[in-house]
Amino acid sequence: MKDSGEYQPYSYFQLMEVSLRELLVEKGIVSEAQVAATVADMRERTPERGAKVVARAWSDASFRKKLLANGSQAIEEIGLDVPALKLIVVENTPQTHNMVVCTLCSCYPRMLLGIPPDWYKSRSYRSRAVSEPRVVLTEFGLIIDKNVKIRVHDSTADMRYLVLPMRPAGTEGWSEERLAAIVTRDCMIGVAVPKLI
Amino acid sequence: MDVRFKPGDVVRVRNAYPLGHIRTPFYIRGHTGVVERICGTFGNPEELAQMRSGEPRQPLYRVRFLQKEVWPAYQGNPEDVLEVEIFQHWLE
Repeated sequence: MKDSGEYQPYSYFQLMEVSLRELLVEKGIVSEAQVAATVADMRERTPERGAKVVARAWSDASFRKKLLANGSQAIEEIGLDVPALKLIVVENTPQTHNMVVCTLCSCYPRMLLGIPPDWYKSRSYRSRAVSEPRVVLTEFGLIIDKNVKIRVHDSTADMRYLVLPMRPAGTEGWSEERLAAIVTRDCMIGVAVPKLI
Repeated sequence: MDVRFKPGDVVRVRNAYPLGHIRTPFYIRGHTGVVERICGTFGNPEELAQMRSGEPRQPLYRVRFLQKEVWPAYQGNPEDVLEVEIFQHWLE
């Protein structure tokens, strides 16, 4: 709540949120402090966490192997706290490009990428990513050669997906920090590829 | 619940339209694909959505479909695929 500014009545959803939260606190199910701590945790989750995972996989072949075999276990081993995340990491290669969608709602690896962008939740992306992925990718500015196969992953149930992009040429000898800086959120959803800045 | 399918098995998604919270997308019902991997067993979302226990837990598979089989007018590489998570009770 801001200290200044014009009074604005709550919107429908704000009112629902406040009413539900106050009821839960009143009934002793959660405390205000727990709610505040959870919101703070959610805000801290940003795509930088995913980028760190990608940079590590590019730098460490044995980690990459583990990450592809068992995503959740591998990221726990590097000290990321990802409660209940069932992660499948899919790898881009010169022959295959991967892209992720959730046609039913907006399932997304929030533990690694934070809050999904609005377009990821839009009806247009959700319906067209499965039926005409190449057209959608072109709209994102990514043209995939016809000889490259596209694998679209529809995240319909309990698994969450992270795309492991290809490491661009010209990054030999880079530190993990420098590599992580070129891995954007969109690269890990599969609607972009890393570019040298 | 027995795990009835293994990677590589050809499976067909049930072409059924029950009411409720169903995690099998409409567009894939009735289509035939190949099991890509077994993800484990999870509470049945159709039961969980009704505030029930989710038992019996259902094996969850990733099933791979050829795009050109799902969308007859599909433009692109004929080997482009679509992979969808589907619970065992939706497969036959």
